[in-house]
Order: sequence, then structure tokens, then C-alpha cells
Amino acid sequence: MSSRIDVSVEHRGTPDEGAPGGDSPNTCPSCSSHYRDDELERTLRVCPHCGYHFPLRARERIGQLADAGTFVEEDADLRSADPLEFFDLRPYRDRLAEAEVSTQLGDAIVIGQAKIERRDCELAVMDFKFMGGSMGSAVGEKFARACDRAAEKSAPLVCVPASGGARMQEGILSLMQLPKTVCAVEVLRDAYCPFLVVMTHPTTAGVLASFASLGDVILAEPGALLSFTGPRVVQQTVREKLPDDFGLTESNYRFGHIDRIVSRNELRPVLGRLLALFADGV
Amino acid sequence: MASDEQRSPRQVLTEQLRLRERLARLNELQRQFRGVGVSGELERLRRQIDRIEVAPTADEIWDVVELARHDKRPYTLDYVERIFDDFFELHGDRSNADDEALVTGIGRFDGRTVALVGHQKGRDIHERTRRNFGMAYPEGYRKAIRLFDLAERHRFPVLSLIDTPGAYPGVLAEQHGQGGWIARCQLAMVRLGTPSVACVIGEGGSGGAVAIGVADRVLMQENAIYSVISPEGCAAILWRDAGEKRKAAAALKPDARHCFELGVVDAIVPEPPGGAQNDPDTAATWLADSVRQAFADVADLDSEERRRQRRAKFRAMGVFAAPIPA
Repeated sequence: MSSRIDVSVEHRGTPDEGAPGGDSPNTCPSCSSHYRDDELERTLRVCPHCGYHFPLRARERIGQLADAGTFVEEDADLRSADPLEFFDLRPYRDRLAEAEVSTQLGDAIVIGQAKIERRDCELAVMDFKFMGGSMGSAVGEKFARACDRAAEKSAPLVCVPASGGARMQEGILSLMQLPKTVCAVEVLRDAYCPFLVVMTHPTTAGVLASFASLGDVILAEPGALLSFTGPRVVQQTVREKLPDDFGLTESNYRFGHIDRIVSRNELRPVLGRLLALFADGV
Repeated sequence: MASDEQRSPRQVLTEQLRLRERLARLNELQRQFRGVGVSGELERLRRQIDRIEVAPTADEIWDVVELARHDKRPYTLDYVERIFDDFFELHGDRSNADDEALVTGIGRFDGRTVALVGHQKGRDIHERTRRNFGMAYPEGYRKAIRLFDLAERHRFPVLSLIDTPGAYPGVLAEQHGQGGWIARCQLAMVRLGTPSVACVIGEGGSGGAVAIGVADRVLMQENAIYSVISPEGCAAILWRDAGEKRKAAAALKPDARHCFELGVVDAIVPEPPGGAQNDPDTAATWLADSVRQAFADVADLDSEERRRQRRAKFRAMGVFAAPIPA
């Protein structure tokens, strides 16, 4: 037992930090094509050459999914606290402050009401740039409130996770966000609200092991890492070469864990169709 | 909704007061009726109050990590044989496998049939391999869900014993849907109408642990740990050096006392001096006492109310900052 295995809910082994060939955020890590900002914006940040899906910030995602001008953010002022007074090489409080400044977000999830293809829904969108999209108490609470609001309005919840897992700086309380968000999904189910999940790169560990896997319908963007344990930790454990598509969307589809692989330009119409189908079932 | 901080120092104090009151009442009873069987309960309460009042240092936290992983520490089946009568193990997920890292079955506890689920590490190298060091595959969590269904159909209370380094991080485990089954296992526990009690008896490692930890009452043995990530894993990421595991453990605060203060566990189960491995029989007796008490706490609720309270309990977990509404 020299090396204990950590099966952690964590944010590492999740690519995108210093991706190969990626000096510029606008260089495609897959085919090395380079684009101007306006070009990528036009293509929803999908590489027109090879189809690579660049990571999206939460607000960009909302801009792409919600009908123009319909999104009303909720609980923007809710923030993480520091219940453990966690200190590694730096205090957690400093990391939080820095993340807030660099992302202009209160925490790693943005929630609010919106219309998608003219249908009312509640939106919960995560942002990987805020501490690896990790889920601490603030993320858990905001997700739970999004479920409550959807249930109150009898509206569907559309959720777009992007997360490395639970936020270890909140220790055991971050682990408790798993059952907390599972309970929140149960509120949605009691109220017969459809719950649509669009898994994006990466949806891993604690978020995959809680609300993200409980969607009535689970869609995923191509090429995203969707695994409970990241490839690096699995590699260390099994000490053999992993399959090329280990943990990726395509592999998850093959093994029956997601309903459909949806590229970004199809996402809004596909969600519109699903929202309509669920609405007509009532 | 609960925007205030959960289990504030005030609440911990309330808990202490509640225990003190019970202690005083029991003391009184014992004076009046000499020889009536309350001395075990007295002992348990005294110990529990002691636990609440001392905060462990960084070194003590590391000692607890080592005790929680002690290779002589009693495992689920060691407790089962001591506190259950006629335990009947149930095997298999009714799909494709029997995951021996997680045992399920039914047996009599205090004369009543209870459904049990628990992680099981192995004692020697052969058993460890067979039981995968207590690290379950999705098949294990599916077997647990099968047990919860059975318990619900037959109104058996559920006892869950948590002792795992974590869910198994392997290729097949991922291909079989590790994350999804951990999520569904929690959901199955959230939905139970029958009483449920969970106790962390060793390592409460991350998602693989909480998968069977969504109970009406969550207990934790004095020298158990409950954490979002192993100290080694945390050190490797945040300190970029797994050797800093002691610092990571001190920062993660995975010990029972801190978990209690943070409102994650409802009570701490005392262990014999030096740890449960020194006296498994006494450890089992004290565990049974605490489990009995925890079941009694939720026995009188109807199943709807029990579900409601369980959901409210987990819905309230976490500490965050929100501005006071204008």
C-alpha cells in the first residue's frame, strides 16, 4: 500500500490548462488552426476546420442558449465562505478573491430564468474558469435554489455542468454537496419538472457522481471528458495504457451513459425540441 | 431557506447542553434505581461529551488517519457478527456481478430484522484482492440499490457501515458508469421511507463513501475519517507533493470532531482506549448502543415525514455567504 489510491472528487487531470500548442486561447489544440476572436464567436467557438469545441465561459454559454434578452440572473450575490479556514500554499480566501476578479463571477455556477426557443426554463450553467468549476457550498446552494425555482414555476431545469468535481478547500462540506444536490433533483422530480443536462468538458468526479448524472435526458458535447476519476489517476492505478477515448463523450455514449452527442451548433434547436416534447406530455 | 451558517458554535453548544441534560437525568435515575441498566448509556454519554470538548491538533488528526486505516481495525463483517443475530448475506447486483467490496444482507438487530449495507476491506492479501481493498465498482452500488429496494418493500430499517478508500478508479468501473451509479445510489437512499442510520467505521473516502451515507442519522466512530479526498491526493494537488499528507490532513479536518462541528455527523461513537482494534467487542457494543439510539430517534416518524426531514437535513448542508436581504 505504498501509494494509496485517491479516488477523489477534485479538479485535476482535467485538461485545458496549458493545452498543447495553445499559446493563444484562439489556437485550436486539436489541429493548430488559429482564429480571430470574431471568427470564433461566429462559429460558437467551434473550430471550423476540425470541429474541436473550445471551452465556453458560463456567460457565453447562456448567450448562446437563451433567447436574446430573456436571461434574468438569480442569487448573483451568493458567495463561498471559508468554513475550514483552509490554507495550503495560499489561503482559500485569496484563491476565491482572485477567481472572482479574474472571472467576474461570484462562484463557479450562474443560475437564472430564461427562455430557450421561446419556452420558459430555469438555467444553471457552470464555469470551469472559476477554480476548475469545483463545487463547494455556494455552488451546491445555487444549484439547489435553481431546482426550487424551477419547481415553484413548474418549469424545466436546463443544466450545463463543467466541473473538476468537489472543491477540496471546503473539505467534507464539499462532499456533502453531492447528497445535497441529489436531494434538490428530487424536488424537481416531485414537481414533475423536466431536467435536461448538457454535459460539457469536463464533467467529472463529484458533479458527475451527483446531479449531472440524474438528468431525465443527458446530452453531451463531443470530445468532452466525462469520468468519475480522471485519466491520470486511473492510469496510476491500473498501470496500463488507457483506451484512446477513455472517459470521453463518445465512449460514454457507446456504454449507454448519455442519450445523444450534440455538437454546439445543434444544441439550442435540440433543447427546443426536447422542451416542446416534455411540455406536450402534460 | 437556510442561508444561515449550518451548525454554528451555538448549535454545537446546544448539542452539548442536550447531552448534559440527558446525562444529568440518567445520573438521577441511577441514584434512584441502583443497578438499573443505564450505566452503559451513562458511560456512552460521558465519553461523547468528552469528545465534543477537545479539538484535535494536526498531529492528533494524523494519528486518527492512521487508526482509521489500521489493518487490525474491525471491518463491517466483524461488527455484523457481533451485533447481528442470524445475518444472511445477499449476493449480486442481479445484472452481471457480485462486488465483494460491498456486502449486503439482512439480519436481526435487537430482535428486529434490519437490512445492512457496508464496505468490506480484506484482512489478508487474498481477501484484500478479492474485495478490492473495499473499493467498489458500480456493481457494488447497484447491489446496494437492490438492498434499499428490498428494505423498502419489507419495511426493514437500513444500517449502512462506511469504510472505503473510495470508489474504484479503473477503466471498467468508468465504462460501467461509476459516477452515475454513485448518484443513483444516493437517490435511492434519499427516497427510502424506512429509517436509516449510517456510521463511518473507518475510512469515509469521497464519493464512494457518501454513496451509502445519505441516512436519517449519520454517526462516526471516534477514530474514523470522512473526507472529500485522501490527504495524499490533496497534498499531491495543492502542495504538488504527496509527502505533505500531514499538512493536507490537518487542513481537510477529516476527523470526527470536526465533522460533528460542521454538522455532517449527528453523533460520535466512542471507541475503546487506543482505538477499536484494541477491543473489537467493546467497540461493537458501543457501536450497537449508538445505532440503537439513532434508530429510536427516527422510529416514530411516518415515512413521508422521515423522507422530508432527511431531505431537509442534507439540503441544509454547507456554509456560504449571502447578503442579508434588504
